[in-house]
Amino acid sequence: MADLSSSFVGIRSPNPFWLASAPPTDKAYNVNRAFEAGWGGVVWKTLGEDPPIVNVSGPRYGALLGTARNLIGFNNIELITDRLLDVNLREIRQVKRDWPDRALAVSLMVPCEERAWKTILPMVEDTGADGIELNFGCPHGMSERGMGSAVGQVPEYVEMVVRWCKENSRLPVIVKLTPNVTNILAPARAAQRGGADAVSLINTVSAIMSVDLDGMTPSPSVGGRGAHGGYCGPAVKPIALRMLGEIARDPECRGVPLSGIGGIATWRDAAEFMALGASNVQVCTAAMVYGFKVVEDMIDGLVNWMDAKGYRSVPEFVGKAVPNFVDWEQLDLNYTVKARIDQSLCIRCGRCHIACEDTSHQAITRERDGKRHFEVIDAECVGCNLCVNVCPVDQCITLESLPVGTPDPRTGQPVRSYANWTSHPNNPAQRAPAATAPVK
Amino acid sequence: MASADSTKTSGIRANRLPEEVYARNFADAHPALTPNQALVESDRCLFCYDAPCVQACPTGIDIPSFIRKIATGNIKGSAQDILSENACGALCARVCPTEVLCEGSCVRNLQEHKPVAIGALQRYATDWVFDRGVQVFQRAADTGRRIAVVGGGPAGLSCAHRLATLGHSVTVFEAHDKLGGLNEYGVAAYKVAGGIAQREVDYLLEVGGIEVRFGQRLGKELSLAALRRDFDAVFLGIGLGAVNALGIDEPAIDGVYDAIDYIADLRQSQALATLPVGRSVVVIGGGMTAIDIATQIRRLGAEDVTIVYRRGPEQMGASTKEQDWAQTNGVRIKHWARPTGLLSDGGHLAGVAFEYTRLDDQQRLAGTGERFELPADMLFKAIGQVLVRDSLDGQVGLLDTASGRIAVDAERRTSLPGVWAGGDCVAGGRDLTVEAVQDGKLAALSIDRALRPAQASGVRHG
Ligand SMILES: Cc1cc2nc3c(=O)[nH]c(=O)nc-3n(C[C@H](O)[C@H](O)[C@H](O)COP(=O)(O)OP(=O)(O)OC[C@H]3O[C@@H](n4cnc5c(N)ncnc54)[C@H](O)[C@@H]3O)c2cc1C
Ligand SMILES: Cc1cc2nc3c(=O)[nH]c(=O)nc-3n(C[C@H](O)[C@H](O)[C@H](O)COP(=O)(O)O)c2cc1C
Ligand code: SF4
Repeated sequence: MADLSSSFVGIRSPNPFWLASAPPTDKAYNVNRAFEAGWGGVVWKTLGEDPPIVNVSGPRYGALLGTARNLIGFNNIELITDRLLDVNLREIRQVKRDWPDRALAVSLMVPCEERAWKTILPMVEDTGADGIELNFGCPHGMSERGMGSAVGQVPEYVEMVVRWCKENSRLPVIVKLTPNVTNILAPARAAQRGGADAVSLINTVSAIMSVDLDGMTPSPSVGGRGAHGGYCGPAVKPIALRMLGEIARDPECRGVPLSGIGGIATWRDAAEFMALGASNVQVCTAAMVYGFKVVEDMIDGLVNWMDAKGYRSVPEFVGKAVPNFVDWEQLDLNYTVKARIDQSLCIRCGRCHIACEDTSHQAITRERDGKRHFEVIDAECVGCNLCVNVCPVDQCITLESLPVGTPDPRTGQPVRSYANWTSHPNNPAQRAPAATAPVK
Repeated sequence: MASADSTKTSGIRANRLPEEVYARNFADAHPALTPNQALVESDRCLFCYDAPCVQACPTGIDIPSFIRKIATGNIKGSAQDILSENACGALCARVCPTEVLCEGSCVRNLQEHKPVAIGALQRYATDWVFDRGVQVFQRAADTGRRIAVVGGGPAGLSCAHRLATLGHSVTVFEAHDKLGGLNEYGVAAYKVAGGIAQREVDYLLEVGGIEVRFGQRLGKELSLAALRRDFDAVFLGIGLGAVNALGIDEPAIDGVYDAIDYIADLRQSQALATLPVGRSVVVIGGGMTAIDIATQIRRLGAEDVTIVYRRGPEQMGASTKEQDWAQTNGVRIKHWARPTGLLSDGGHLAGVAFEYTRLDDQQRLAGTGERFELPADMLFKAIGQVLVRDSLDGQVGLLDTASGRIAVDAERRTSLPGVWAGGDCVAGGRDLTVEAVQDGKLAALSIDRALRPAQASGVRHG
């Protein structure tokens, strides 16, 4: 059976599933329950200076729901912990003592002054916690006060604070990045320059969840007015994956351990983050939606998948997809696919036809011999994948690649071997043919 | 009422069940969807291209569109989509055999053997506007044209409503003292609980331009010739009246009932416990009426109920789902047998004699010679109805009724100029409410075209 045990910047845990710094990790009661349920580690809810911040007493969450009320995206205007620093530190000490085999990192956010960091770091170290995570990501409330994403958006501040932390503490330093930047590499490289032991990402995405059309206020409405919040959950996973992959393949960041966060709800999500470079993952929304028990599927799902694939430990596949994450210009422009509809699975809903007919390439029939019949017209099909995406039946439409040398009915030309944009004749900046084929 | 008679007492009795059981047995058989159920179910619709369900709906409701509007919270728009094609959409949502219509062609059947619950969703949307008093129709400016609609069943109502919406003035002549036709007097009580038939009538009349005259029977108080003279057009939606005969000796004994009459009494009854109910009941027939009387008489406390049909399950007019429903209610269905005589005891029905049947070489029904008897203190004839041609008075010779029903063309024009017809009284249909509604709509559109040939017409929504 595959071994899930994990060591992240020297912090050991029985599995790579940590709870992200958020309400599930706000107090000993929750964290104890999480550990009982099997979570490998937690990042304690972000601590700040006393006096504690205050949260709104109105609604602090909003959600994007599917028609069947399945939660797709989640938004919050909660701030960092609203409990006294001392209470948190006492509980952290006790929890670490009770659960020595689990990872316990502490998230921190204090003003951008060396004094503030110098004060809090020894207090955290004294609890016996395994590491610290710097919250440079919270995009609401705290950022108005010059903290959270206000720091994460300025690479110089990131580097400076990381340096203070490394100078004033022995604990490993994880830097949690905000996605609310144009180029995620800037803060990631800054963290690296400051001496960070690891980078975690993403924190939440700045967002307005919806507008209450009766009250004419952004939702959730707090007494008739709304502020933007931080968006997370399944909807942000693609954003997180891309930012993660960007750092993972960046030569300057090479070797920095990465902790993947953002929309992870299943073992498969976790495996995807790991394949794209994350050594472990952190979860918030899925736990808030389903409770701590969700970790069970993450654990045995990942083990079963690893067993099926022959991976004995997590590091064996961490980063395996990174070399295949390339810029568009490296894609094989000669690679040719055609959609194939499995008529035995087709339920004849016609969604593929109308999608292709109205909005794409008119490459799917609607009838044959006077009967509803949906079939791909190879001479029109550009292999775009739209039909696959709109078909309600799994595996009913698949893409079949044409081997090199076979004729493509659309172009009338045989399929040629690998060539990308850099050497394409239509490219005004054409370079010499590059022979870099994808890594298999 | 005092203590109820048990179901085990022989003979015809009222009061077989404890009082509270009647209400339960005749409540809504398939309760309404909750808002959350409607949302979840609406999400199952795939919004198919050129959707097969639309083609399978006799009234051509844009089903994917009305379902999507439920999902988006645009319930008024949803009801508008439904009612603009099918004025009796609320009734049809309850009584249509959806398993052979829209739901039968839902592509979800191929995927997961479970269609989208189109009927239930249609009910959800139409109930929504009824419950809130939201009117989706607005009558067009008066055209000055006057049309007589004879018969206030689904066909007549649909025709009258569409004509009125288009701005014409309609007079409905109805023999009974209520509108709704078989919706009010025929359809099984538990399909249309809560007085929905009359609520629908009220909703339709609300649009204005429709005058209703009760107690007016064509062939008695009315004549077709006079109507043709006094109105710009006439629509006949008189349904079927007379009940087929069993074709055997029917001695004058008690215990023999006409299912349609009994159901009409049941539907109008304010005290179900007072209805006469036998202990052993035989129903002869294979259509919806047979299923409905058998199921309802069981629910009124009959101990044994057997439907005897002369052909097999596939030939029954009632769908498989209807047959299953009767069987779930404890009704036994015997196929391939026909009645040969009634047994009596002191002027009361005592049993029914049958002969087994089969198809001969020419696929004709033939007796096998093998016989059996079923004890019965109550017998229902549910073997179909026929058009009462007498009601068409002197004009019957001019109207083509050679097939037994009124012949119409694709626009529901009869052979008599200025006279349209639709519903059960015309030839070629399946005797379904929804088809009557479509007939009425098509006739109204045809009448509208005939009365103002050059102008375009269209329904306006409010
Ligand atoms: C017991 C039973 C159960 C049924 N269940 C279903 C069901 O579940 N689903 C379904 O889709 N269909 C069902 N049907 C069939 C459906 O009810 C009919 O197809 C539908 O009602 C036909 O509508 P119509 O307007 O043509 O006729 P009707 O509904 O019969 O209406 C005719 C109207 O005309 C009036 N009338 C008759 N003669 C005259 C006259 N001479 N002058 C003036 N007025 C007259 C009548 O009083 C009546 O109001 C059932 C039928 C029966 C008998
Ligand atoms: C209610 C709520 C409060 C949060 N508070 C914090 C916090 O105090 N510190 C922090 O670093 N991240 C905080 N986050 C961000 C999460 O740790 C995490 O980065 C983000 O939700 C993405 O992961 P997910 O999609 O699994 O939820 C919070 C998220 C939520 C939903
Ligand atoms: S979308 Fe899929 S199921 Fe629907 S018609 Fe096309 S291939 Fe068939």
